[in-house]
Amino acid sequence: MADALLKIEGINKRFGGLQALSAVSLEIPRGSIYGLIGPNGAGKTTLFNVLTGLYMPDEGTFTFDGQDLFRAKPHKVVAAGIARTFQNIRLFSEMTALENVMVGRHIKSRAGALGAVLRDPRTRAEEAAIRDKAWELLEYVGITDVAGELARNLSYGHQRRLEIARALATEPKLLALDEPAAGMNPRETDDLRQLMAKVRDGGVTILLIEHDVKLVMGLCDRIAVLDYGKRIAEGVPDAVRKDPKVIEAYLGVAHE
Amino acid sequence: MDIFLQQILNGLVLGSIYALIALGYTMVYGIMGLINFAHGEVVMLGAMVTITIVNALVNAGVSLPGPVILAIGLFVAIPACMLVGFTIERIAYRPLRGAPRLAPLITAIGLSISLQQIAILIWGRNYIPFPPILNQDVVTFFGASITKLQIFIIVLCLLIMTGLLVMVEKTKLGRAMRATSQNPSVASLMGVNVNSIISATFVIGSGLGAVAGVMVATNYDQAHYYMGYLIGMKAFTAAVLGGIGNLGGAVLGGILLGIIESLGAGYIGDLTGGFLGSNYQDVFAFVVLILVLIFRPSGLLGEKLADRA
Amino acid sequence: MTTNTSTRGKMALFIGCAVLMAVAPFVIGSVLGNSWVRIVDFALLYIMLALGLNIVVGFAGLLDMGYIAFYAVGAYTYALLSSPQFGLHLPFYVTIPLGAICAACFGLLLGTPVLRLKGDYLAIVTLGFGEIIRIFMNNLNQPINITNGPQGVNLIDPIHLGDVTLGKTMQIGSLNLPVVYLHYYLFLILSVLVVILASRLQHSRIGRAWVALREDDIAAASMGINIRNIKLLAFALGALSGGVAGGLFASFQGFISPESFGLMESIMILAMVVLGGMGHIPGVVLGAVVLTVAPEILRDTIGPLQMNTFGRMIVDPENARQLLFGLALVVMMLVRPAGMWPSKRRALEFSDAKAKARAQKG
Repeated sequence: MADALLKIEGINKRFGGLQALSAVSLEIPRGSIYGLIGPNGAGKTTLFNVLTGLYMPDEGTFTFDGQDLFRAKPHKVVAAGIARTFQNIRLFSEMTALENVMVGRHIKSRAGALGAVLRDPRTRAEEAAIRDKAWELLEYVGITDVAGELARNLSYGHQRRLEIARALATEPKLLALDEPAAGMNPRETDDLRQLMAKVRDGGVTILLIEHDVKLVMGLCDRIAVLDYGKRIAEGVPDAVRKDPKVIEAYLGVAHE
Repeated sequence: MDIFLQQILNGLVLGSIYALIALGYTMVYGIMGLINFAHGEVVMLGAMVTITIVNALVNAGVSLPGPVILAIGLFVAIPACMLVGFTIERIAYRPLRGAPRLAPLITAIGLSISLQQIAILIWGRNYIPFPPILNQDVVTFFGASITKLQIFIIVLCLLIMTGLLVMVEKTKLGRAMRATSQNPSVASLMGVNVNSIISATFVIGSGLGAVAGVMVATNYDQAHYYMGYLIGMKAFTAAVLGGIGNLGGAVLGGILLGIIESLGAGYIGDLTGGFLGSNYQDVFAFVVLILVLIFRPSGLLGEKLADRA
Repeated sequence: MTTNTSTRGKMALFIGCAVLMAVAPFVIGSVLGNSWVRIVDFALLYIMLALGLNIVVGFAGLLDMGYIAFYAVGAYTYALLSSPQFGLHLPFYVTIPLGAICAACFGLLLGTPVLRLKGDYLAIVTLGFGEIIRIFMNNLNQPINITNGPQGVNLIDPIHLGDVTLGKTMQIGSLNLPVVYLHYYLFLILSVLVVILASRLQHSRIGRAWVALREDDIAAASMGINIRNIKLLAFALGALSGGVAGGLFASFQGFISPESFGLMESIMILAMVVLGGMGHIPGVVLGAVVLTVAPEILRDTIGPLQMNTFGRMIVDPENARQLLFGLALVVMMLVRPAGMWPSKRRALEFSDAKAKARAQKG
């Protein structure tokens, strides 16, 4: 893999006495859809939180697009080009859909308090650009019809899409999606699959945590499998599917 | 050396009173995750009611020994404060369960102000002296002195606190309280009547507050409508210092804070080369509070509060 | 065509309001007396304070109960530099900005250690911070006399520029403008300015970041918002507004003492924000006006009312006033938890919470 966008090596994360991640290494190739699977409690979301700066890893290395992101704060991680969604959707519920996406433009705009109170031409132009871009993203994920609705009044599927639009507003190089298909019906899942393919074709690499193994197998270019905080397998879907360790982890034979 | 010992003794007296009040804060916090801002007022009412009863008895020429008169006052004050505590929960907290956190905070502040004003209506704005019915004999050892009354305060506080800890650990009510503090909805599924447990918590905490109020009044020989605020803040600090929600922590925090305050007031002059004097005594509690919340928000004995604070 | 008429309508409304505001002190002064103009002056000061606190509490969702400390810092900066206390008589265009900057620095000083705290904890710590500032003001009269202790600072210079002073009745032609009228106009201009600034902040990239922080700080951080900086900005800007108001207060009163900066004042300003309608500028302005004016009306009516009905004073009016304030806080929170004039969104949020609570109970 010559062109790895994201590379972690030997990441350890402990919570008190609990070893949540032990020596996890990953390389995510640029332009791919990369799947991260594993049984419940395997450490997927922990790894996700480490990659997005919410948790500080204890040891290891973490480079992204040539930058060192080891123990970087969330906003630094976003600035470097990683955006995420949350397993239990975390929208700004009191803001409209459009405003939610506008918040995502924060990192790509500059106006400070002084600009805000002076409303100079540059700030106004920037504000208009933020709005246009946000609208464009709502169009991209196909929810312009609810742009003026408060986020918490949206349907579940719309909320998922809005979260993706908001993440895309930061213009990420890597979009990290935490179980985006959870709770979706087959039609919504299919729409989501198309959306992810579209995002990838637009040049954004995707990291996907998913329970729906079928979705992952069908969509991902490569897959890593976590179990008990360890990476037990990695490779193209067909190889992973046949890996005895993966089968064991999912069927739960060997444990206890 | 005797000054040092003296400050420690003063701190112990103060600290055991803080601890008693801190238990009221920590019990409510443990169960509801809320700071009961009106708790200081309950303490004040406890002191006021007792003084009123004691005065009435003394003026009526009742010739009973001092401690008996005080006990009668206390037996009126405790139920009165329990009723107030019960009412506070009913008015300020129960209707707002599940509302944004600011709402119960504001109602509690509103009740706090109202209770102070009611106290002014009844007792006026002046300091109310505690009648001299109690033995003020002084015991001296190693050059430090303490009154018998103060020894009694410390012992009584320790007894009450031990009783409470046993109650929470061993009785059915205590078990229900612990269950409710862990997870109210699961507790209610298990047949615990969460509402009555919460009421019981307020009632018990207010009873302790009443006793503490009387101790403050006897220790300083006076009470005042505004006394609840500062002593409440300090007791709250004690609860945070020990680890809010943790009963043993409240006791430890109270006693520690009392000693810190007393030593601090005694030595601040020397420490700052005379720049700051003992009139800064009240700053210590706030400084301790801020330092604890910044460096160890879970307190000395508390578990780590992940997202709670 | 329609936009034209609506712009024209707005213009007319604007001019109408401006005229009304301009003549207000004369109307109030002649009908109710100049003491009422003074009360209106205070209402305007409180608008500035409440809007400053609203940035912290309403926009960014950080519960600050020691806000009065910033008002105190602004007031003391002005008082110490423009009074006989140190024999300094610096002009207002130095002392008021300096006071505001000092207050903002204190805002950062408070904001930095409490970055990790939320909710009730933040409330308690900020309350403690306010108390510490007050205890220092009360005691910094020895060994070196800086604040003059509980006696406070007296004979503070009024705002003046050359021969023009706001400290004396001004005569323009045949028009007499008493001191309270002059301050009315100054405070009016400044509070309109604060309204505009607050509203512009709210509808900006920064304002959105504050709301994002208030709604969900983790999601906000994950959108690239630097949580530390945006919180500190809220504390500093809120304090700045409080500092300006403090300087104005000192110059207007001519006298300040620690008593003006107690916990009750902090609660009062918080109540203006919360009872008015948190985060909603018109609501906060309404809150400030109502909570300044209502107690004064009560002061004027409680006494006479008792005399008329009972023939004697039963309850001390000051006492009754405070009691009513306390009860009003309770009743308002139970009946209208989102405030008198909430933004539409806030109202929804609160009714949702109530419905949820009911569902839980039932």
